[in-house]
Amino acid sequence: MESLLRKVLPPAGLIAEPRAKKPFETDGLTALREVPWLVALPETEDQVLAVLRICREHGVPVVPRGAGTGLSGGARPIADGVLLGLSKLQRILEIDLENCVARVQPGVRNLAISEAVAGHGLYYAPDPSSQIACSIGGNVAENSGGVHCLKYGLTVHNVVGVRLATIEGEVLTLGGKTLDSPGYDLLALVMGSEGMLGVVTEVTVKLLPVPPQKRVVLAAFAEVAAAADAVGAIIADGLVPAGLEMMDRLAIQAAEDFVHAGYPREAEAILLCELDGVEAEVDADLARVRAVLDDHGAFDVRVATGTEEQERLWLGRKAAFPAVGRIAPDYYCMDGTIPRAHLADVLRRIGGLSREHGLAVANVFHAGDGNLHPLILYDANVPGELERAEAMGARILELCVAVGGTVTGEHGVGVEKLDPMCAQFTPPELEQMHRVKAAFDPLGLMNPGKAVPTLARCAEVGGMHVHRGRLPFPNLPRF
Amino acid sequence: MADLAQELVEAVRRTIEAGETLRIVGSGSKGALTRGREAEPGAPEGRLLTVADHQGIVDYRPEELVITARAGTPLRVVERELARAGQRLGFEPPRLHGGGTLGGAVACGLSGPGRPWGGSVRDALLGVELINGYGERLTFGGQVMKNVAGYDLSRLQAGAFGTLGLLLSVSLRVAPAPELEETRVFELDAASALARCRDWARRPYPITATGFVDGRLRVRLSGAPAAVAWAAGELGGEVEPDLHFWEDLRDHRLELLADGAGTLWRGSLPPAAEAPLHGCLVTWAGAERWWRSSGADGADEDAGVAEQVRAAGGHARRFDGSFGVRRWPGIGIAELRYLRRLKEAFDPRGVFNPELAAHED
Repeated sequence: MESLLRKVLPPAGLIAEPRAKKPFETDGLTALREVPWLVALPETEDQVLAVLRICREHGVPVVPRGAGTGLSGGARPIADGVLLGLSKLQRILEIDLENCVARVQPGVRNLAISEAVAGHGLYYAPDPSSQIACSIGGNVAENSGGVHCLKYGLTVHNVVGVRLATIEGEVLTLGGKTLDSPGYDLLALVMGSEGMLGVVTEVTVKLLPVPPQKRVVLAAFAEVAAAADAVGAIIADGLVPAGLEMMDRLAIQAAEDFVHAGYPREAEAILLCELDGVEAEVDADLARVRAVLDDHGAFDVRVATGTEEQERLWLGRKAAFPAVGRIAPDYYCMDGTIPRAHLADVLRRIGGLSREHGLAVANVFHAGDGNLHPLILYDANVPGELERAEAMGARILELCVAVGGTVTGEHGVGVEKLDPMCAQFTPPELEQMHRVKAAFDPLGLMNPGKAVPTLARCAEVGGMHVHRGRLPFPNLPRF
Repeated sequence: MADLAQELVEAVRRTIEAGETLRIVGSGSKGALTRGREAEPGAPEGRLLTVADHQGIVDYRPEELVITARAGTPLRVVERELARAGQRLGFEPPRLHGGGTLGGAVACGLSGPGRPWGGSVRDALLGVELINGYGERLTFGGQVMKNVAGYDLSRLQAGAFGTLGLLLSVSLRVAPAPELEETRVFELDAASALARCRDWARRPYPITATGFVDGRLRVRLSGAPAAVAWAAGELGGEVEPDLHFWEDLRDHRLELLADGAGTLWRGSLPPAAEAPLHGCLVTWAGAERWWRSSGADGADEDAGVAEQVRAAGGHARRFDGSFGVRRWPGIGIAELRYLRRLKEAFDPRGVFNPELAAHED
């Protein structure tokens, strides 16, 4: 097997030596580690196909991996499997200004696309917080979002074409430079499929004109419920801000102590609202947002116009995760989405769970699209606290499902949320997902054991556990 | 406003047990798309099952930007309700012959003039409840904007023509209606119109639709009054006095779309593609094109245009033929194999719309 793979890969394209394999043992969910049997690093689509063929012929499971920044263990290796790293497929193949699209290989970093087209006044909209490192192929596998997805959508709304290599050795062309394709929408199906249906070998993304104007508004509230209601009111008023973020008291305090962004410390909650577009539009929207914020009792409203001022307002939000990491030995980051109408109620009930479990919670999240990130603070060195944090996390996700939400908004299921998946879907629904998987991968070799739990085994639990503020990728922003 | 979900489940189960098949229909407004003009000899045709009476808005809170309604709910009911709260369906579903249900709009996957800017049906689709070919009632996706729990089996239903299951209800993201809309019109030849659209696409104008036909390019601007006024000044042109142009385009009432002579074709192309252009209605800033071939069949002529479309990296098909997924030209052999397997994964006995499904030929 090893020699077969060596034959089809470039000289440095196969790693079998234990120490060299070590960096691949985990992704952004560092609580779970497994050293893969072999690491394959192809440089071309043909090499990807050759690796898949050999694995199929020998019945060896394959785990695709992009940049390895995912937070749910979707790229966690398998001990007797091949880890297929796509990081060497990192060429921008075509920038098509006529059709406003770019064709890139899967290992190209998210931000590198926007950088490559910035000179033409264009950019690629989805901006996950890890965008300086995460790859576009990984974005497709996770259907990644970002701070601006309320207005600009997720990966599924911004990728127009994909080439997908299947374990059966075929390359499917899904979409292209057109806005639709004949047949079932396989392109949509591949988005967020966590590498379980095939390997993405090429991605065509939509490029948008950079908005010429931007304003960032900070609003402080004396009550969490008032801030939560203001979120719904802004949207009910007919505005779709580029970003609409919320932080509660604990998160504000932690962020202020850490980066001194100038947030009002006396606030129970703050909202950060970003508006973008042409100048006349942004001015009009800003007036409306201010009116809504005033109506909902915001006691401090600040508008940042200059780039520097805007970045300072964002700084506290973007530093919130590491800031929380400074006030507790460990935290557990949740990722549920709920209908916005339930924001105030769910935050109140999370407060209740916090008291019940005796663990503090900091809330810092994408309020505009109802995507919560409660950070449960605990100390792994205190016996029982980790278990309490996990139990509480599970209760929060159950709460999200109970109010009509979902157990993962943007981090994916991976191996982390196999258990909560059982709470969200019925056995026939999970069976339907397994049949869809089998349509692409009858032998079950593509990233087995991820994303969709088997009916018999809904037991594995993990988490994005951050010990003593040491994030999996300490230099990557997380928000 | 009846909830007939249980009856529909039972009807599907009875059909499965009897070894029969079903032809799903909503209001029947898009029947011409899916039936074809000449039925294939010996083609299977299932028993008619109408979803039109399974009606009602189940959940709508404007501040959520989401509406959930039963599949049989008429589009006009949905849109009237949305309009009351100053919202609308961003994908502007065509109401052919004035009709159409929400389920039919999702199943047929057609989007209107604003699609490149406002997104498509599948872009707006957040969740579905459906009955699969096992007679099971399943829910995928949900009512929230961000959801990566499991495979996205809800968006897969958009444009699947009901061949993967019978849609019971759908949840869609809605969009705020703009404060103001204004249409500018330009007298241009086709190539210049296309070039103009291409330039605009690289600039942040509040454009939400374009349409070129018979030497006139129309462009719709939407947003705050000051922004629309600014963009109108930048773009130039004249104010279009016809207030119904976009609705007529959406609902196929424009002459080229509505006139029965010859065969209507639809092409989906990279927007900058230079051909086909002659005699075309060009929408979606160039990404969608409509034309008529002269004869009833126009086979030779059609083959020539189809070749142009393929060469440009697009795909085309007769719009008034059998529009399902079965005989859609342009699907590769490998892709078709996976489409068929997907059909089997949802509906192994081929219960739903057998005349449209991607079966073995």
